[in-house]
Amino acid sequence: MLINNPSHQQDAVALSVQHIGKRYADINAVDNVSFAIRHREIVGLLGPNGAGKTTIINMILGVLEPSAGNIQIEGFDIRSQRASALAHTNFAAVYATLPGNLSVEENLRVFGLIYGVRHLQQRIDELLQQFDLVHFRHTKCGVLSSGEQTRVSLAKALLNNPSLLLLDEPTASIDPSAAKTIRESIRELTVKNHCGILWTSHNMYEVEAVCDRVLFLSHGRILLEGDPRTLPQQHGAATLEQLFIDIAREPLSYSQGATT
Amino acid sequence: MKWRPVAAIVLRQWYLMRGSPTRVLPIFAWVTIDIVLWGFITRYLNTFTNGGINFVPRLLGAVLFWDFFTRVMQGVTTAFLEDIWSRNFLNIFATPMSTTEYVSGLVITSIVTGLIGLTIMLALATGVFGLNFLSYGLTLIPFLMTLFLFGIALGVIASAMVLRLGPASEWLVWPMPALLAPFAGVFYPLSTLPSWMQAIAHLLPPSYMFEGMRAVVNGKSFAASGLVIGLLMSVVYVILAAWCFQWIYRYTVRSGLLARYSAESTG
Repeated sequence: MLINNPSHQQDAVALSVQHIGKRYADINAVDNVSFAIRHREIVGLLGPNGAGKTTIINMILGVLEPSAGNIQIEGFDIRSQRASALAHTNFAAVYATLPGNLSVEENLRVFGLIYGVRHLQQRIDELLQQFDLVHFRHTKCGVLSSGEQTRVSLAKALLNNPSLLLLDEPTASIDPSAAKTIRESIRELTVKNHCGILWTSHNMYEVEAVCDRVLFLSHGRILLEGDPRTLPQQHGAATLEQLFIDIAREPLSYSQGATT
Repeated sequence: MKWRPVAAIVLRQWYLMRGSPTRVLPIFAWVTIDIVLWGFITRYLNTFTNGGINFVPRLLGAVLFWDFFTRVMQGVTTAFLEDIWSRNFLNIFATPMSTTEYVSGLVITSIVTGLIGLTIMLALATGVFGLNFLSYGLTLIPFLMTLFLFGIALGVIASAMVLRLGPASEWLVWPMPALLAPFAGVFYPLSTLPSWMQAIAHLLPPSYMFEGMRAVVNGKSFAASGLVIGLLMSVVYVILAAWCFQWIYRYTVRSGLLARYSAESTG
């Protein structure tokens, strides 16, 4: 677990996840997972399909109640102080595009109001500029390409200048050039806004380029944790992608070092 | 409760209607068809009574009131279903907005669309078929309030049902008013019904309202307590509906149903 001494580092923590679990009947979708994300830190949540990544993200977003444990965002408990916790959070996910029957600007205005964004028009203009969406201002989101829709989702995710940003495969539908630009602007965001980011991706090149730290998840448990640039060598793998494949195929070999 | 999230839900509906005539049309199309159809039926029936019984306030008035109730109920559910149709649940419910703010936005949307429908119905029924709604006197206010509140309550309960049972249960929402109509005594006195149906009718606020409406039209006195009971019952149903929505919302969060509405997997 990241926070060895919470009393010293409390102010720096954007997200604290402690011993959370989610059980469906006799299946443990997530089992005793703990981790934290500091401001200005990008943490990669990696794992094969069905590992529990989306379940963890849904629990952090308050749309899925953990069976055990607790989650705090900026010190606010997601269960008992939901509104305060989520006011500091936002997210973008490939499976949660914005309504296609509203234009880009309409969507941003609706969500800006929901998040209580001050000087909303100014903020919308900034984000349209930042994500190269000015020409699509009045275009219905449903007719945009998937890459353009992803950029709109990212613009929505930054509306409220969140302290915690959850990005579930944010560059999945974006061309390499645009993906690079977006990675850079998100990286910049962590410096400018002191934002902490939880990032899931199946693109290990991207993970190495962006993440300060990664958590490898399998069968609902965190098996490994560390720097994506040094972790493969520590575990006898040539690359991060090779380590990912090894963990996905033989999770039991790594479960001894599970960092729950 | 904050006003901005509430305004956001109303604004979203405005944007949808502004850009889509197919969403605007149902606000007045069905009520117009109903008023025209029943207007001619009442005009035809009046030819048999030789100026005796006037069917306009009895039948056309009842249709107008019932359509108002239906529009209010569907105003809530349609606004809610927009989030189902656009797979927007995760975006909406992963925000600081509370369920109270969300439902309030749906209700305000319904007030606006319901009033538009009512205005059109009154204009048509009065202008073309000679319905004098002033003949209901001041009782018109509690009549409309009872139907409005019960429409809101039923709309919120129907939305909670879809939240719990999934998008496919949408088809259960639309016939709800039609299922209640025989019990509510829209066109006939409750005494016409068998006792088991009367027992159900007494649990429905509109049944008190329609009994009152018939008494006013027939020039008979009626107990004001019936109107008070109907109105209070509607208030209680609104509170119960709000509680029901909140309870089901919590259940969907606990069980994972809400997350699965949007996420492709629980992976």
